[in-house]
Amino acid sequence: MSNLGYDAAHLLGALVLMMSFALLYQRRLSALLNAFTLQALALAAAAAWQGYAQHSHHLFITAALTLVLKAVVMPVALRRIVARLNIERTIEPALSIGLTMVAGVSLVTLSILLVMPVTEDATALTREDLALSLSVVLLGLLMMISRRNAVSQVVGFMSIENGLILAAIGVAGMPMIVEMSIAFSVMVAFIVFGIFLFHIRERFDTLDVHKIETFRGESQ
Amino acid sequence: MTSLLLAVLWQVVQLALVLALAPLLTGWVRWVKSRLLARRGASPFQPYRDILRLLRKDVVLAHNASWLFRASPYMIFTAIWVAAGLVPAFTSHLALAPSADLIALVALLGSARFFLALAGMDVGTSFGGIGSSREMMIAAFAEPAMLMIVFSVAILVGTTSLAEIADFMVSGTVGLRVSLALALIALIMVAIAENARIPIDNPATHLELTMVHEAMVLEYSGRHLALVEGAAMLKLLLYMALIACIFLPWGMAHPGDGVGWALWGLVTFTAKMAVGGAALAVFETSIAKMRVFRVGDFLGGALLLGILGAIFLFVSRGV
Repeated sequence: MSNLGYDAAHLLGALVLMMSFALLYQRRLSALLNAFTLQALALAAAAAWQGYAQHSHHLFITAALTLVLKAVVMPVALRRIVARLNIERTIEPALSIGLTMVAGVSLVTLSILLVMPVTEDATALTREDLALSLSVVLLGLLMMISRRNAVSQVVGFMSIENGLILAAIGVAGMPMIVEMSIAFSVMVAFIVFGIFLFHIRERFDTLDVHKIETFRGESQ
Repeated sequence: MTSLLLAVLWQVVQLALVLALAPLLTGWVRWVKSRLLARRGASPFQPYRDILRLLRKDVVLAHNASWLFRASPYMIFTAIWVAAGLVPAFTSHLALAPSADLIALVALLGSARFFLALAGMDVGTSFGGIGSSREMMIAAFAEPAMLMIVFSVAILVGTTSLAEIADFMVSGTVGLRVSLALALIALIMVAIAENARIPIDNPATHLELTMVHEAMVLEYSGRHLALVEGAAMLKLLLYMALIACIFLPWGMAHPGDGVGWALWGLVTFTAKMAVGGAALAVFETSIAKMRVFRVGDFLGGALLLGILGAIFLFVSRGV
């Protein structure tokens, strides 16, 4: 593979990772959704570039799916949920933003330290993509545990899935069926989340999971 | 021998060039900003007139101002002028290039800031004190971030000398690198904070709740104020030249190139500064100033990007 192909793939992967950090940094739900859209766009670009560089055309389908589902359908749907619940401004981090970012950098370091020795005989591109995508997955998990609002937890879940797709496109010869099943299971999960959010909201009058945790009484 | 003479000549030209261009750059940014805000705006040459008028005016000193207060403007201006003279602008063939590297640059800027903060506290007004304390808060985040950027670039290139970095980058052996992209973003963030530009501090405001740089220099007048303002303009040019030198060194002349190349370097440098100033103006008009207490998050982000850049170098090196 040419040097440019490698560099560009690396750069696009890092862009996805940067958007994960941008997700952690946001304080408003609307800005959070913007960052999520950008991450999906970066992921679609990465998939398309890998498809071009590896000459594997099924990656173009992945790119198109990512573009349509992640960058258009899901942000629009989430935006509608946020607008209907009227919670544009609430993020309510359980951990302060600065601490979250520090934890995020530690997680990236951890995933690099973990992936580098394990994959010594793989190609450089695969190794880096694996390190990047593991970081994205861990940052998504961090996002889920460091936010109290259920919508931002959903976004964290979606970004975990972005990390999985990033891993899938980096490994040459990953069968299409795996990517499809990931994409569709997330789609289903997303719909379930959406319904659940409304039910939680109806039942408890809040999306703050911290308040729901302490809710014990069956009858009030 | 002629090479050395030429190096000295270019060094002198460089020192004169930064001095001549700095007010124009500031004026240019202000002009573009006012155009973007649908105002007519003062001519880009207005800062020259301001500085000349300030130089003609008398100095008014507080009666409890110490020698430090009077000496600081000269120290600040000299340190920043020397630092700006070290950054290769149109040629990397400079007499001071071997002795001047990125770390010296950071140290010069740091000492300038030290004197500015001391002078802010010297007269004993509350504004000066609050400005100094805020400046130090910003510095406590910006300097580690700056050093992390220096380290990532230094690990990648193998040197901290700016002239060698520019030569290395232009040789094309490095290609696209994630670390460089991260370092670029972090450097832009540090540059915005260090120059008191909009998300951190508004250079045009006199609102006591938000000002940082202005609060420290409120007590200055006459030629002292001219020097302090000139130093701020030089600093803006310095950071833009630094970004251009590390990340966009194309069009710059190199040791062994003729005078024609140096002239071409002058043209490209001016073009880069014009584009950079316009980009800064667009950025400033499209963003709102953040609260002082969020500065830590912003610059913490820059520090984090610098650290990530250094971490990713090890991934890239694992190839």
